[in-house]
Amino acid sequence: MAKGVKPRVKVPKTAAAGETITIKTLISHKMETGRRKDGDGNVIPRSIINRFTCAFNGKNVVDVNMEPAISVNPYFQFDATVPEAGDFVFTWYDDDGSVYEKKKSIKIA
Amino acid sequence: MKITSLLPLAFSIVAISGVVTAGEDSTLTIEGEVFVTKTAAPAHLENVDEIFSGWTFRRDETQALQMDDFDNPSFVFIDQALDQFEMVEGSVGKACSSCHDSGDGFLGLRASMPRVNSAGDLETIPELINNCRTERMGAEKWKWSGGQMSAMLGLIGLQSRGMPVDVVIDGKAASFWQKGKDLYYQRVGQLDMACSSCHEDNYGNMIRADHLSQGQINGFPTYRLKNAKLNTIHGRFKGCMKNIRATPFKEGSEEFKALELYVASRANGLSVETPSVRN
Repeated sequence: MAKGVKPRVKVPKTAAAGETITIKTLISHKMETGRRKDGDGNVIPRSIINRFTCAFNGKNVVDVNMEPAISVNPYFQFDATVPEAGDFVFTWYDDDGSVYEKKKSIKIA
Repeated sequence: MKITSLLPLAFSIVAISGVVTAGEDSTLTIEGEVFVTKTAAPAHLENVDEIFSGWTFRRDETQALQMDDFDNPSFVFIDQALDQFEMVEGSVGKACSSCHDSGDGFLGLRASMPRVNSAGDLETIPELINNCRTERMGAEKWKWSGGQMSAMLGLIGLQSRGMPVDVVIDGKAASFWQKGKDLYYQRVGQLDMACSSCHEDNYGNMIRADHLSQGQINGFPTYRLKNAKLNTIHGRFKGCMKNIRATPFKEGSEEFKALELYVASRANGLSVETPSVRN
């Protein structure tokens, strides 16, 4: 598992039913290419995020495939309509098998 | 890219958000808090009537980045500093959090630094951090402008965000302040320029493609788009001196510390904006 990985998500705490909200996500991630070597000459294993998904109450909102040219700390912003109260679950999948998850609840005001 | 629309949704990956507006005469607000970006100059300034934060000189999209803590890339580094704060290091087996249980103790520190300590020396936040590391933690010093140092400076400075800059310039600090002032107006380097040549005589004008600011340091450490990291005050001084083809002083030198005190005093009255975003 790569070090210093931290997912950050911004979702409003409340929304009106049916309102379109803007969601911002960013994950701090180094994106190791697998070509660098450490101080002892050993190859640092590849670790690049290849997929990002967002689900609302179990239903898929967005599913993004990322290719190896993705930048460090990738940022995604998208809009979603909120029909009811519930949880947004954001998931990032790493080449090394790690899965990073973040959950945000939203209430209907 | 796969998009499954089970929810009625409008989906787009966009970098521009139409909600935030910014401009030369606009007000800087972050999370509902209003910042002072222009105010009357402090009494000691002879040639300037009004002082402006560097934020007012930046373009709309750069300004907007600072108006939202999520969009502000500095917070990636602040997050790293938060982890560092909890990390046990050194022979004593302590972390920052062993003594400072939360950041509240740093409230107002950034606004009043640099200051003269009881021994009569001018001290800055990086020196306080390194003193803690070597004397209380038994750990190694950090480099003045290293990644860990600038991130920690950002975290400490964030505690004072929104407070007015208020550095003491009289009493024991007077001699340091005078030294800094002399440096500020001293022409140096092949281009024979002083700090004042750009930041006092020509702020608001363009120097080639750069929009000259007043050179206020109320937002440091600042995330610069040009190098995508947090930049320290002395690192910026160094860059300025290189630009005018002068030999820079060392980071952490007596000269730069005195200059830091003088330049900080020029911003007395502006809000601390740490961590700011500049180009």
